[in-house]
Amino acid sequence: MIWEVFRQERKGQPFVHGGSFHAPDKEFADAYAREFYARRQESVALWVVPRDAIHAIEEFPDEFDLKYRRVDGYSIKARLKEARARAGTAQRADAETDALSPSERG
Amino acid sequence: MEAREQEFLDYVQSGGLVETDDWMPDEYRKRLIKFIEMHGNSELMGVLPERDWILRAPTLQRKLALTAKIQDEVGHCQLIYRVVEDLGKPRSACLDDLIAGKSKFHNVFHYPTKSWGDVGVIAWLVDAAAIISQKALLKCSYAPYARVMKKVCWEESFHILHGRDTVLAMVTGTAEQFELVQEALLRWWEPLMHFHGTPIPAAEDPMVIWRIKSQGNEEARQQFLDGYVPQILELGLEIPDPKLRKNEDGVWEYTEPDWDELVSVVTGHGPASQERLDFRRLSRAETDWVSKVILAEAA
Repeated sequence: MIWEVFRQERKGQPFVHGGSFHAPDKEFADAYAREFYARRQESVALWVVPRDAIHAIEEFPDEFDLKYRRVDGYSIKARLKEARARAGTAQRADAETDALSPSERG
Repeated sequence: MEAREQEFLDYVQSGGLVETDDWMPDEYRKRLIKFIEMHGNSELMGVLPERDWILRAPTLQRKLALTAKIQDEVGHCQLIYRVVEDLGKPRSACLDDLIAGKSKFHNVFHYPTKSWGDVGVIAWLVDAAAIISQKALLKCSYAPYARVMKKVCWEESFHILHGRDTVLAMVTGTAEQFELVQEALLRWWEPLMHFHGTPIPAAEDPMVIWRIKSQGNEEARQQFLDGYVPQILELGLEIPDPKLRKNEDGVWEYTEPDWDELVSVVTGHGPASQERLDFRRLSRAETDWVSKVILAEAA
């Protein structure tokens, strides 16, 4: 029986997959996990899971190109420029993005 | 090469990573299994010369450190065999082939150890040579192997320090202790020069082409010489190669090692090959009941 180990290096950090090993039951799995993944205090916690219990999902089709819910779905540059031009703040906005502030430029 | 295979090759060559369940060409899988299995075998066989010294370690602290190192190496073997298993070859088959002499293990583990000086030289320099190869494997195109290598490298750095500390204790000891290290170095120099393999150009090395290895053999050897020759010489130790020197272009020159000897040793004709395999056979037979009991209880 194969067991997968997920280890947490420090409190508060995510559990990361560490590796796997053979063990006939939970008691052996407990002992092996401690020996293989924490004997030098390199982990603060372990999740030991029978491989069969893991449901892996690997295909994530995006047929409808649902970009509206991601940051790469928004390109505001052109629209922002237009809005600034309309409000008459285009120059000021450009100046603000310069490295020097107006006072520094005198 | 069929189109799908070419596409895969382009993918790995451009830095693509492969997972266990991904499609892969047969040749890639075969090369992975052979290489990773040999690595696992070496971890397992590599503890035998060190095991001989547990009872003869000079102090309790050294005994504990050596035992810890041995535990690490066997742990590496189990991790690495797991990677081979997921590629399709069961651990029991790896062990069967190892003791039948059908698969290989690293050249350095085919030699006997004569004194505690050898233990220091092995832990320091053999492990240093090994960590150079293993660090390059962190970039292996087969991701499950590369991930395992992280843990292996982390533990190896303790071994090198343990070895260096052992050597330092001896070279600062009595003249006789110094001499034990010097003699061990003379014995181990040629096997160390063999360690990274024949200087096959990286561009022609199939292992580099499939990006299983990320550096050529000679590149690894040069890195070893560059890192460790100065560290050896500063202790006043002598390296048995009159030609050894660093050229102005930064490349180390050395006497061409006897490559026929390397081939002969790794095919089971080294001075300790058969004795080590015999011991592995014996221990497999002796511990057989343990796995039977454990598996019976689980059933």
